[in-house]
Amino acid sequence: MILVALLLLLLLGGAGAWAAERAGPDWPGRVALAVLAAAAALVLALWIGADAAALPGRGGWIAEARAPWIAPLGISFHLAMDGLSLVMVALTVGLGIAAVLASRIDIHRRTGFFHFTVLWTLAGAVGVFLAMDLFLFFVFWEAMLVPMYFVIAVWGHERRVPAAIKFVVYTQGSGLLLLAATLALAAAHHDRTGIASFAYADLLATDLSPAAGLWIMLGFFAAFAVKLPVVPLHTWLPDAHTEAPTGGSVILAGILLKTGGYGLVRFVWPLFPDAAAAFAPVAMALGVAGILYGAVLAFAQTDVKRLVAYTSVAHLGFVLLGVFAGTAKALQGAVFQMVAHGLSTGALFIVAGLLQARLGTRDMGRMGGLWPAMPRLGALTLFFAVAALGLPGLGNFVGEFLVLWGTLERSIPFAAVAAMGLVTAVLYALALVQRTFHGEAPHGDAPAGPPPRDAGPGATVALAVMALAVAWLGLFPQTVLDAAAPALEALLQAADGTVTAAAGGPGR
Amino acid sequence: MSGAALQALLPVIVLAAATVAVLLLAAFHGGHRVVAGATVAGIVLAFAALVPARLAAPQAATPLMMVDGFAVLFGGLILLAALAVAVLSFAWLERREGRAAEFHILLLLAVTGGVVLAASRHFLSFVLGLELLSVALLALIAWPRLEAPALEAGLKYLVMAGASSATLLFGLALLYAATGSMSFAGLALDGSGAAADRAFLIAGIALVLVAAGFKLSLVPFHMWAPDVYQGAPAPVAALIGTVSKGAVLALLLRFLDGADAFALGAPAWILTAMAVLSMLAGNLLALRQDNVKRLLAYSSIAHFGYVLVPVLVGGAFAVEAVAVYLAGYFVTLIGAFAVVGLLPAEGEPGEAAAFADYRGLFWRRPWIAGVFTAMLLSLAGIPLTLGFIAKVYVFAAGVELASWILLAALVVGSMIGLVYYLRLIVTMYAAPDEAAAPGMAPAPLPASGIGLLAALSAALVVLGIYPGPLIALVRALGTLAS
Repeated sequence: MILVALLLLLLLGGAGAWAAERAGPDWPGRVALAVLAAAAALVLALWIGADAAALPGRGGWIAEARAPWIAPLGISFHLAMDGLSLVMVALTVGLGIAAVLASRIDIHRRTGFFHFTVLWTLAGAVGVFLAMDLFLFFVFWEAMLVPMYFVIAVWGHERRVPAAIKFVVYTQGSGLLLLAATLALAAAHHDRTGIASFAYADLLATDLSPAAGLWIMLGFFAAFAVKLPVVPLHTWLPDAHTEAPTGGSVILAGILLKTGGYGLVRFVWPLFPDAAAAFAPVAMALGVAGILYGAVLAFAQTDVKRLVAYTSVAHLGFVLLGVFAGTAKALQGAVFQMVAHGLSTGALFIVAGLLQARLGTRDMGRMGGLWPAMPRLGALTLFFAVAALGLPGLGNFVGEFLVLWGTLERSIPFAAVAAMGLVTAVLYALALVQRTFHGEAPHGDAPAGPPPRDAGPGATVALAVMALAVAWLGLFPQTVLDAAAPALEALLQAADGTVTAAAGGPGR
Repeated sequence: MSGAALQALLPVIVLAAATVAVLLLAAFHGGHRVVAGATVAGIVLAFAALVPARLAAPQAATPLMMVDGFAVLFGGLILLAALAVAVLSFAWLERREGRAAEFHILLLLAVTGGVVLAASRHFLSFVLGLELLSVALLALIAWPRLEAPALEAGLKYLVMAGASSATLLFGLALLYAATGSMSFAGLALDGSGAAADRAFLIAGIALVLVAAGFKLSLVPFHMWAPDVYQGAPAPVAALIGTVSKGAVLALLLRFLDGADAFALGAPAWILTAMAVLSMLAGNLLALRQDNVKRLLAYSSIAHFGYVLVPVLVGGAFAVEAVAVYLAGYFVTLIGAFAVVGLLPAEGEPGEAAAFADYRGLFWRRPWIAGVFTAMLLSLAGIPLTLGFIAKVYVFAAGVELASWILLAALVVGSMIGLVYYLRLIVTMYAAPDEAAAPGMAPAPLPASGIGLLAALSAALVVLGIYPGPLIALVRALGTLAS
């Protein structure tokens, strides 16, 4: 029931935040923070209680809630949390707090409706991470789009409407493939057993012909690949991330992209082990392509938010590579990379939002030499930039390292080419710092006036906390790895004996 | 006629009696409220009469009609839609001057035709029901007889109805020539038919499908829909989109089932082609509209393309899927037209049909804009609305058929659809013009309109989140008796 409480807390809290606007424009943000703090307390309680409760292997959940829902179609309302869900939900709530804090930078009008949409988006993401009925999963998957659409379309920057529509059309269109694939899977299960069911545990055992398995797997893969994003399907991402308000960018990059990676880990491997194994070389090639292509494009950007957006393409290429390498190490690396990327990129989007608020532009051609005026922000930016380039000792390094190590066991060429991503990451990460905070201030059209203010105390504290979290992930990665490992082992066992045998057991 | 047959026909009898009663009432006591009240009461009574009809079902009532679970199910859907349209008409007419009694009489006639179609199993009742519906609709469309767009719409509908009736009659004549039967069940080939009979049969069914294509505004017989939707009063447009199209679709299901049409091959191809074309062309053409009523017309073309997919599956699944789909579509479309019809346009009398009327609506009238958003999201098939459940059925049908072309058209059509629904939604949430009419309190909606919108929104969300009872009811009722 604690999972239902978590969802209801976010949903009702969203309504409460909207209602709180009557008390003044600052109140919705405060209510949202209080709601998220309560949610964080719930998640923390689950995490602390998890060690005793979490049974490795299938059937053991940290928490579970189940009720019949649409009985005639065999659909149940089944929420369940294992270590993987726990890590993702914790990331969601944590970044939710960061997003609400970051919204103080640029959300000053219609704050009530804004915080309502933010909390409902978070509720949708939490639902995605918890749903163990495939139909319920799809409902959350689609439902979280709508509030996110409003966040971009109402409070975004200049070209917000086309970006928002593009975002929804891409994700919803691929979502329809997911729907068709889900229905086909359930129909196949119904044909075999005569039982109508969308339950994850039931469908795991569905025996599919190789051709049907491949097509259905591709339906799932398409939806997750658009969200992740995988390279030829990524073009919605730079637009949506750039046009969204700061808080929206944090949620998009930090949380919504992770639903794609989560879907790959939770569904694609365990449900379609044979088809996924057959498809793995293609997917790994796409992952490697994303790592390099994202990095090259990021380096070429002049818009600071677009630069950060393209780094996501590169970082999530590692996730795709890790998932389809299919070894325990690579899978753990992929999950770890998702958490680390959420924190570091979310923080970089907050930096970009602050720069835009202070300077009135996102064009790096009109920045430069900002360090003397904004030393705190400069130092924090440098920190997150080196985190993004994978400096050992910080979170992203652990994720990328594990992915590469795990991939090496499966395919040396892919690992070798992907490793070049560590070099290209240096290019764009340092270019970001170089073009904004170092160097000379631009001449000519720079208006004479007081230098821009440094980051305020709220933003500084938020960024500092995120910096500490990134450092913690780098220094004590077992915190996350231990939580997720039993769940990932169970998923690999579910996938097939062959996969775990090849991986040689869980790697730490 | 036996007592049981009369019992089964009770809903139709009640509707016919109510039509006469309202006619007399209007002659002696022309008050708008009284007439509207009597109309609503008649529809409610007819709906209540479905209970004895259900108890008698399956019951053949004359060779013309078969009152089975299917007829009760679709008759009930049509009557509920008619009830909502009647309430909407009342609220809409309150704003306008002039006599309104005829409006309600025509409404009752159209609904009678629709209920007859849902139970029809014979060419004669097919034509009778269809003409009753079409003639009444024609007069309703042109009801604002001093407005040029309404007259244009009426004329277009007249030409379309005439053409489709002629096509239908020709098709029925061919079918009679091929089989010597005028009942649907007599059309099924027993395998011994000569090749010439088979050709007549296919040609006849094809012509009937064309006539149905006109009525359902399927591509390429869709040209009339945007103009008629735009010119007709909003309640009448809602009536066309729900009662008229729903009744024709129900009839089509029974016809295709009786004639065992898909065994012939060609009819399935014709329907597939019309479905794919409607999904793509309807959605593509809707992209360029800046009039909400035209947009809803094109969206309706696309939606009836979607619903042909479960029709193609046939059998019990088709009945279940079509019924759920229509339930969702009825609620959504009437809700959308209620907003369009009841929201006063900026600065001028009439309906708020232009996109400009919706600019910043959410910040002026959050509840109405919220309701309209929910309706549009339901049309787009977003979860937590009834439209989503409907869309799931359509996709399940596409998966069942394992038809790549239909599934591809569904996905592409839905993606395009999303673009224009979202474009309208974002207009409502755009920043309002600060300069225009500051501080002016918007005119309130009539209470009946508020009640209608509240009821439709509740149905949309409650059944969208918890559709189990609806599905169970549809399964319990929706059986075709031969």
